[in-house]
Amino acid sequence: MAMAILPELSLLTAVLAFFVLSLSKDLNSEQIKNTAVGFGFVTLFCTVISLHQQASMFFGSYQVDLFTQLFKLMIGLGLFFVLIAGQNLKDIELSVRPEYYMFFFLSCFGLMTLVSSVELITLFVSLELSSFALFLLVPMRSDQQGLRIQMEAGIKYILFGVIASGFMLYGMSYIFGLTGTTYLKDILPGLKNVASQPAALFAVIMVLVGFFYKLALFPMHFWVPDIYQGASNETTGFVATVPKLAAVALLIRFVLLVPGDAHILITLLIVLALCSMFYGNLIALVQTDVKRMLGFSGIAHAGFIMLGLLTMEASGYATAMYYIVGYVFMNIACFMVLSNVSQQGENLAIEDLNGLHKRQPLLALVLAVSLFALAGIPPFIGFMGEFMLLTGALRQGYLLLVILAAVNAGIAIYYYLSVIRAAYTTDPEGRPDVQIDGLTKAAGVILMLLIALMGILPSRIVALADSAVRAIM
Amino acid sequence: MDSLIIKEGFPLLSFLIFFPLAGAVVLLFFNGEKFARYWTLAITLITAAFSISLITGFDTTTAKFQFAEVHNWIPQLNIHYILGVDGISILMVLLSTLIMPLCILASWRYIKTRVSQFMFSMLIMEVSMIGLFTSLDFVLFWVFWEFMLIPMYLLIAVWGGPRKDYASIKFFIYTLAGSVFLLVAIIALYMKTGTFFIPDMMWHHYSMTFQILVFLAFFLAFAIKVPMFPFHTWLPAAHVEAPTAGSVILASVLLKMGAYGMLRFCLPITPQATFLLAPYILGLSIAGIIYGGFTALAQHDMKKLVAYSSVGHMGFVTLGIFVLNIRSVEGAIIQMLNHGVTTGALFLCVGMIYERTHSRELRAATGIGRYMPWYVTFLTFFALSSFGFPGTNSFIGEFLILAGTFQANKFLALAAIPGAVLAAAYMLRMLQKIVWGGTNNPDQSYLKKHDLGIREIATLAPLLLFVFWIGLDPQPFLDLMHHSVVNLINQLNFIQQQAPHVASAFMR
Repeated sequence: MAMAILPELSLLTAVLAFFVLSLSKDLNSEQIKNTAVGFGFVTLFCTVISLHQQASMFFGSYQVDLFTQLFKLMIGLGLFFVLIAGQNLKDIELSVRPEYYMFFFLSCFGLMTLVSSVELITLFVSLELSSFALFLLVPMRSDQQGLRIQMEAGIKYILFGVIASGFMLYGMSYIFGLTGTTYLKDILPGLKNVASQPAALFAVIMVLVGFFYKLALFPMHFWVPDIYQGASNETTGFVATVPKLAAVALLIRFVLLVPGDAHILITLLIVLALCSMFYGNLIALVQTDVKRMLGFSGIAHAGFIMLGLLTMEASGYATAMYYIVGYVFMNIACFMVLSNVSQQGENLAIEDLNGLHKRQPLLALVLAVSLFALAGIPPFIGFMGEFMLLTGALRQGYLLLVILAAVNAGIAIYYYLSVIRAAYTTDPEGRPDVQIDGLTKAAGVILMLLIALMGILPSRIVALADSAVRAIM
Repeated sequence: MDSLIIKEGFPLLSFLIFFPLAGAVVLLFFNGEKFARYWTLAITLITAAFSISLITGFDTTTAKFQFAEVHNWIPQLNIHYILGVDGISILMVLLSTLIMPLCILASWRYIKTRVSQFMFSMLIMEVSMIGLFTSLDFVLFWVFWEFMLIPMYLLIAVWGGPRKDYASIKFFIYTLAGSVFLLVAIIALYMKTGTFFIPDMMWHHYSMTFQILVFLAFFLAFAIKVPMFPFHTWLPAAHVEAPTAGSVILASVLLKMGAYGMLRFCLPITPQATFLLAPYILGLSIAGIIYGGFTALAQHDMKKLVAYSSVGHMGFVTLGIFVLNIRSVEGAIIQMLNHGVTTGALFLCVGMIYERTHSRELRAATGIGRYMPWYVTFLTFFALSSFGFPGTNSFIGEFLILAGTFQANKFLALAAIPGAVLAAAYMLRMLQKIVWGGTNNPDQSYLKKHDLGIREIATLAPLLLFVFWIGLDPQPFLDLMHHSVVNLINQLNFIQQQAPHVASAFMR
């Protein structure tokens, strides 16, 4: 029993440990850092050993199966790399670092329980647990320029987040009203009985909106640029990556609930996917702040993931899982570079990366690999994911969508290339060298290998994702 | 899979792909400048030596793909790792492997900064070139096709000239944007056939609309790579700014990828669309030949001159391909080799001048014939070869293409003739200025001591050998490709006979 929720227990232990640490008077930054990375490793280990657990607990509201455990493994991996990538927390005051990590782990705990929740109330509580902890991380950035942009970002994040939760609760109330239950397994047949009613579809779409917000899909993307820019580099590295895994997990769960004729939902997803891609890519073209640019690129990638969901079949969902995990690795690699290149934790403009190939060759390589991967250049995972998504969508006959998505890949290359150009073809012009420790080096190499090898040898991972999706269908 | 001759034992093609890759990985860890140069030279020489053994094992009596290797890659989508060469691709592979050591030699002193990174990019380039010409799975092909942009981008953007940013980004975006539809076409073909294995996609009776759409997607991607008029605008910029070795690879191998793509994909996969649209492409080819000739005539920058001459020469290649008879297609393939040898050599020559005078202006290089006899000897032969002087390689190629064209359509052949005349005009103009110049030549006497060194002679001599070898005895080269070309054209004619209504639209 405890074996099945080992990762969650490990995260809770971490939360408690940091709570205790936050009571201590003299804080040691090394000690805090090592504790955090250590707990990250333990959690990762726990997710690995509990991968093949099966359980249903808490009166059936909490499900443990291959689908949930695979997502927890991905969250564990993401969490571990985010911790290493942002281990220095340059822009967070030492006095609040224990609290920072406490909320950090609490948010991860929320995400893990979220993917296991199969009952609406549990699900909502998990979602809010993970979201509110995240809301608190954003304003913890120290106020460097006196502009209090981190406060602005924090407030925006909360307000948009609460609105999205509102939509979701509204949808859930419809679901409960139509079916009289909050258990997903009973909702599915319940909604089938009322499939002819527009309310059924409306309810599911309202719930999806809440997760669109997490994934930053157009039109629920408004929070992205300002929060990315206002939060510290390390926090953005977390906000931009790990929560999106859980969002995709829940999107898959709820798309499966759609009753009867899914035409309207598919049309909606197609429109949102295209808007997201064009909006994200076109606006990213003119960004000068690297984090903002990555934010808009994230909106475009969210659109791409919809290509997997709107196929409405297991292989499409599996591809979406494959793509999002690739996206998370690529983005963590980018943010690792940003966090380390930034001297005092300030935001970086593209020209701040000038001459990176001299200042820190390994990071320059990591950046180039991850950006080429994000741009969908083979043989990296970004390409293979994109290719499989396009194949899946074309198999369903969405030719125009596939063509427009392919065009987007052509647009996107420009802004990724401009960052690579800065890192590889310019001179440092007096910008200081970047020192990184052994752990960061190792993580950088591993991330590069993951991005390359998962792209070259995708069949095992996709097969695993496929069987995971079939476990809940 | 019956179009394959699977080779048991040593996987030669995989070796050719992965050996340079292994060499590149070593360069990540040991990056002394001197070591990087010798190491890369050794790796490329060994790869070249192994590629020669392709010829000895090659069966010239069949059109099947040889040295084939088949492995599962992504079973969910029926994607395999399939390599193999036929008479067309074996020549391209050899061109790539043999030109590489020369490029390394040419960059020996030219590249002074970030040497090991340069050599790394060169080796990665070699990996993707060989991979591209040997892949028989469309996804594998696409991987190499796109991946190749990265090292080429870096070669131009890092070691390029003053406008390297503009040139490299234009190159990257132009090529990538051109090939987005290619990816869609590949997936669409997979939906029709259920396989990514290229020979299994060929000679199907797809509907005409489907064929036309797929053909256009193919054509856009390949025409940009060739480059065909009017998609050529990235080429002069990229050539002028790239370092010598980059220009050579660009001219000798990259441009061939476009023409190779047309031969390998457009003709066999969408034959009816090819018949329907060939007249338009022939028109573009003629336009490219004339346009390239006139523009080259107006250039003051030697590199630009050679670059625009490429547009003209590649116009001949596409002309030969889309005339669609055995003679012209063989001529086109020979011309692909010729262009690789001759234009590559001309870029090397321009690079050697640039290393000495630090200018590519024709004006700054006038009258050096008096002081650099060795250099102008080589230059003269390559220039003669470039405009198809009898006895040199290009004569054979252009003659075959024009003979084939004449057979198909006399007016078309007549229209292409001015291109050959223009080529003579711009090449002789350059030669005249460089060798003799006029009465007001700049003082070039300081070049007296700087005639070609042994390394430079060793770089140019093999190319000169091929100029005369292909020029005087082209039969071995034609033998290699003959069965593959005959098979291609016979299948095409077979399809044409089955659909006479389409055939009637051809060549009007």
